[in-house]
Amino acid sequence: MAVSEQLKKISDSVWELPASYKQGMRVPARIIATEKLVREMDEAVYEQISNVATLPGIARYALCMPDGHSGYGFPIGGVAAMDVHEGGVISPGGIGFDINCGMRLVITNLTLDDVQPHLHQIVDRLYERVPAGVGSHGFLKLSRQDFRNLVEQGARWCIEHDYGWEDDLEVTEENGCISDADASKISERAIDRGYNQVGTLGSGNHYLEVQVARPEDVRDKQLAEKFGITIPNQVVVMFHCGSRGFGHQVATDYLQTFLKVMESKYGIKIFDRELACAPFESPEGRDYFAAMKCGLNMSFANRQVILHRIREVFSEIFGRSAEDLGMQMIYDVSHNTAKLEKHTVDGKEKTLLVHRKGATRAFGPGHDEVAARYRDIGQPVIIGGSMETGSYLLVGTASGGETFFSTAHGSGRTMSRTKARKQWHGKQLQRDLEARGIYVRSTSWAGLAEEAGAAYKNIDEVIAATELAGISKPVARFTPIGNVKG
Amino acid sequence: MPYHYLEEIGTADIAFEATGRDLPELFTASADATMNVMIDNLDAIESRETRQIELSNDNLEMLLFDFLQELIYFKDARRLLLRANKMQIDQKADQFVLKATLAGEQLDDTRHQQRADVKAVTLHGFSVQKHEDGWKAKVLLDI
Repeated sequence: MAVSEQLKKISDSVWELPASYKQGMRVPARIIATEKLVREMDEAVYEQISNVATLPGIARYALCMPDGHSGYGFPIGGVAAMDVHEGGVISPGGIGFDINCGMRLVITNLTLDDVQPHLHQIVDRLYERVPAGVGSHGFLKLSRQDFRNLVEQGARWCIEHDYGWEDDLEVTEENGCISDADASKISERAIDRGYNQVGTLGSGNHYLEVQVARPEDVRDKQLAEKFGITIPNQVVVMFHCGSRGFGHQVATDYLQTFLKVMESKYGIKIFDRELACAPFESPEGRDYFAAMKCGLNMSFANRQVILHRIREVFSEIFGRSAEDLGMQMIYDVSHNTAKLEKHTVDGKEKTLLVHRKGATRAFGPGHDEVAARYRDIGQPVIIGGSMETGSYLLVGTASGGETFFSTAHGSGRTMSRTKARKQWHGKQLQRDLEARGIYVRSTSWAGLAEEAGAAYKNIDEVIAATELAGISKPVARFTPIGNVKG
Repeated sequence: MPYHYLEEIGTADIAFEATGRDLPELFTASADATMNVMIDNLDAIESRETRQIELSNDNLEMLLFDFLQELIYFKDARRLLLRANKMQIDQKADQFVLKATLAGEQLDDTRHQQRADVKAVTLHGFSVQKHEDGWKAKVLLDI
């Protein structure tokens, strides 16, 4: 029977593969999507999410968000909550090699009319100041010991070294520094790969974008005002990046550690080596958790230093301070993590390790972990679209419990990079985008072609699916006008 | 080229299949397939620096995994773009032992055309198989 025939419709936005779909599934797999999106998903998503459902300790469902597509181990868009008191595991493949890949959004008090005459200058200078591309190194010259301190202290280290404002920490997930990160659990190779890369964007789908909130795209005026989005055609800056080579090496190191002990020591069998794991409550599991937290902090610090550079660029070009330009950060949120959280399952409160791989945490109003200034409206969620279409600011909802308060992270690819590259040419795409009012700089023409908008799902449909499922609520849509592509 | 990229595997990532008449050829082709994801014009990488590496593993697939990791390591740690120059793979008792000379140079934006950075080698669908005519490997790289 084709997979699609075994998919059961639970509601207009929820689809289920029953636990009988594959031997070894401990829970059903659920896909959050509209019918159109679920039918367009590649079959590998079904295979991968049902593999996730076989992992020890998984609670309730293995979940895939509306932007889901095939990945390695977990699908991109995968969410799995493990009961750490019931043998629940931790898996690097449930987080991704790019630990704490995430989004940051900063507003300005400038309008499209203010920015348009300087757009090329802004994008060109951002391109110079925020290095992107293959193996790029940043401007910070750190000793290895400095870097160890940075990965234990996260964005706080940056604020203490004058790369940002104290206020930035309040609006960063975990206040920019997750506790109990332990640099003694990371390898020298991980340090080698990371200590020169703070303040760099990376490559692939990583980007830094100048965007506009058009009046017709402000979906909830009251909420938008709470975020300081109050002026017609207000300009904001959004960027997407992660923990660079450092995080990639931490994940690679522990993938190998887990492969060695998983079956021989813990008797865990898996369908895909990228699901290598160990019980959370094991020496290997605990070590990875402490090392992974260093990856989280590296990424918070990386985005903090990049924000500092963005403020410098705007300040230089407009001849006014960043404070005077109203460059307040709205939020910084991770979409590649595993975090210990309390959730209610079958009426009981449990401590779960929630893996989110290409999925964003989206706590609703009133939750303790939402930054104080947003607690009455819910946690901000930043979802980046392709460089051609648009991106969104949303908030978490009280009704998101079914997905462990998780939502989408992007628009989600529909076409492989290899195929996209054959369809478009980077230089032509850059010219076409410029004609449409989007000025793009990239380190790579081929990389630019691979990121063509048509290689992605329709972002508006993904956002509509999250709203229909009640897992996040759109506040404003932003249209790109300038883009630095990694 | 003894490698090609696969369109239908890994939507956000890049998969390749490499071939070789023997293991050194297979590993050399896999190294070039990995580097070619990052740099479009491999021929522009000049042999200005070399690195000697020696690796051993009781699992042939994991030996290739470790070998490709070396290229990614030097790319981040030293901004070095490397290609396999000399390669020897022997089987001693239950271990496969690889000795290789990697040669290349630091990334130069003016000469090296970039494509996409490789974050990691994944083990998703990773395989090394012997066929009648030689060897074949399938690898998915995280982008």
